[in-house]
Amino acid sequence: MTPRSSALDVDVELGRPGFALSVALRVEPGEVLAVLGPNGSGKSTLLGVLAGLLRPDRGRVVLGGRTLTDAGRGAHVPPHRRGVGLLAQQPLLFPHLTAEANVAFGPRARGVPRRAAREIARRWLSEVDVLELADRRPAELSGGQAQRVAVARALAAEPDLVLLDEPFAALDVDAAPALRAVLGRVLRAGGRTALVVTHDPLDALVLSDRLVVLDAGVVVEAGPTRQVLARPRTAFTARIAGLELVAGVAAPTGLRAPDGAVLAGHREPGLVDGVPAVAVFPPRAVAVHRERPNGSPRNVFPVVLAGLEPRADVVRLRAAAAPGGPGWAEGLSADVTPAAVADLGLEPGLPVWFAVKATEVTLCPAPGETVSAR
Amino acid sequence: MAAAPSSPGPLRPDRPSVPFGRGGADRHRTRAALPWPLWGPALAGLGLLVLPVLGLVARADWVRLPELVTSDAALTALGLSLRTAAASTALCLLLGGPLAVVLARGRPPGLRVLRSLVLLPLVLPPVVGGLALLYLLGRTGLVGRYLDLYLGVRVPFTTTAVVLAQTFVAMPFLVVSLEGALRTAGDRYETVAATLGARPWTVFWRVTVPLLLPGLGSAVVLAFARALGEFGATIAFAGSLAGQTRTLPLEIYLQRESDVDGAVALSLLLVAVAAVVVVLARPRAVEGAR
Repeated sequence: MTPRSSALDVDVELGRPGFALSVALRVEPGEVLAVLGPNGSGKSTLLGVLAGLLRPDRGRVVLGGRTLTDAGRGAHVPPHRRGVGLLAQQPLLFPHLTAEANVAFGPRARGVPRRAAREIARRWLSEVDVLELADRRPAELSGGQAQRVAVARALAAEPDLVLLDEPFAALDVDAAPALRAVLGRVLRAGGRTALVVTHDPLDALVLSDRLVVLDAGVVVEAGPTRQVLARPRTAFTARIAGLELVAGVAAPTGLRAPDGAVLAGHREPGLVDGVPAVAVFPPRAVAVHRERPNGSPRNVFPVVLAGLEPRADVVRLRAAAAPGGPGWAEGLSADVTPAAVADLGLEPGLPVWFAVKATEVTLCPAPGETVSAR
Repeated sequence: MAAAPSSPGPLRPDRPSVPFGRGGADRHRTRAALPWPLWGPALAGLGLLVLPVLGLVARADWVRLPELVTSDAALTALGLSLRTAAASTALCLLLGGPLAVVLARGRPPGLRVLRSLVLLPLVLPPVVGGLALLYLLGRTGLVGRYLDLYLGVRVPFTTTAVVLAQTFVAMPFLVVSLEGALRTAGDRYETVAATLGARPWTVFWRVTVPLLLPGLGSAVVLAFARALGEFGATIAFAGSLAGQTRTLPLEIYLQRESDVDGAVALSLLLVAVAAVVVVLARPRAVEGAR
């Protein structure tokens, strides 16, 4: 199988009552682009335009040099001739076919003989670790299993571009991380150009090289995924991200930060030692101490409080690097209760210790650019 | 279903999404109370539907029944009925199936009007339908005169006319129930199939049709039942020629004049066929045809 690597060029406008999409973006061959945005921001509309299910009012879609849509000339390649695969929230496996026949559907549709299509299907099923389910009907699969089969089916069709529409949204919290890892692996192994629509920054971190943030139909931010999420330039992106993030390299004991400190955490499946990785945790998982705590938390580091900011029912503390402390702590946040602020007598300029339980930290691979200190 | 996947990760090994029996009554569940005045009319309505059949059963001459339903005239009429109903059901499927798909999935201009036109034969008295067919295909009809003139084909009062009359009356049932099934199913699977590179014709045969099969079965049974019972359009357009156009309902109507026992016996035969059809097609066909 030859990896399909086609560049995608999009510049489209589409208007509907009360909504307008106006997006221009480019995805390099083999690159995975994440599209992040809240509900109603136009993510699904964009996918519909790319898949050929919606005709834009203006603009062009060019994939690998082929013009798929050109509103000016009225050109519109129908979905089945675009080479654009779509993986939706729901697996939508054909209920009358076995898992294997579902995956073989794409190869059969492009004229591969039955036996060869079967071989391709089995290879893809084993690629997503569900070969033993080949003979099952969709009704006999769990949500996670069905979505794996759907991944295999989408990729077995050899699309030039893969569209992923919140592929984990309908899954259990148990099943999502494993599938995320599988998807990250197969997308990369195939060198496929892909576009992942999501509202979960973790999806973007694990799967994508670059990220665009969509709001009300327009791109409000774009750039390398980790950079955009780690240093949101708009409050909007920061709110989406809603995460604290430390970049480094995966090590056997956790994440090794640029200064050599190691952050312990829960390893996402598929994390390999030595690759660029990030430790991600929510600000509410950070505990604040006046003295260095001893006991259970393994991730403890000194900071200086830079600011206090009241939020809905918590106070957000913003940290600055402490003299002699780790540089990557600059800008990290902690959410604590107003009572804790009073008890500890917290105020800007005060040196304190941040502690994050290892169970609250997620370690995941961060593909793309090399590590940079925060 | 005990096989657990050997895959790593916290994938839940087994959680089949098989629903607990469809619409199964839960004896623990209570409902909002039903207003009691509904019970009287409801029972009266049920009686009006069921009691006539009981009357027929009571009136039947059970001793002579085997002899009556196997008389030459009866067997000829029954054979003709089954043949023509089968032919018109096939015609319904051949023409009505694609019509249903076009109405449900295509975007023909004037969709609303088209859908009303399809429903017309459902609400039209069959006799009127028969007359309409006669003035379209009869020897002096709009199209019939040219068929006669150039091809020497005369449709009325032939077995072909019986089939056309039955098709005219039965096809709306098939179209309506199929279109309902298609709309309920939605086009999500077809969209997925297209993004997998399947051409429209492939999508139709490998996705649309297989998913439609359950609905198709009941739609076909429903159309067959309607064709089998057809009377008004047949007698108006095809007449009542023994062995050629005299189907079982026509035979019953004729025998009623001369031999009441025979008419009742043949009626029971049709009741039996109808009962089989209802058992086979219920309840999906009824839901689809609403």
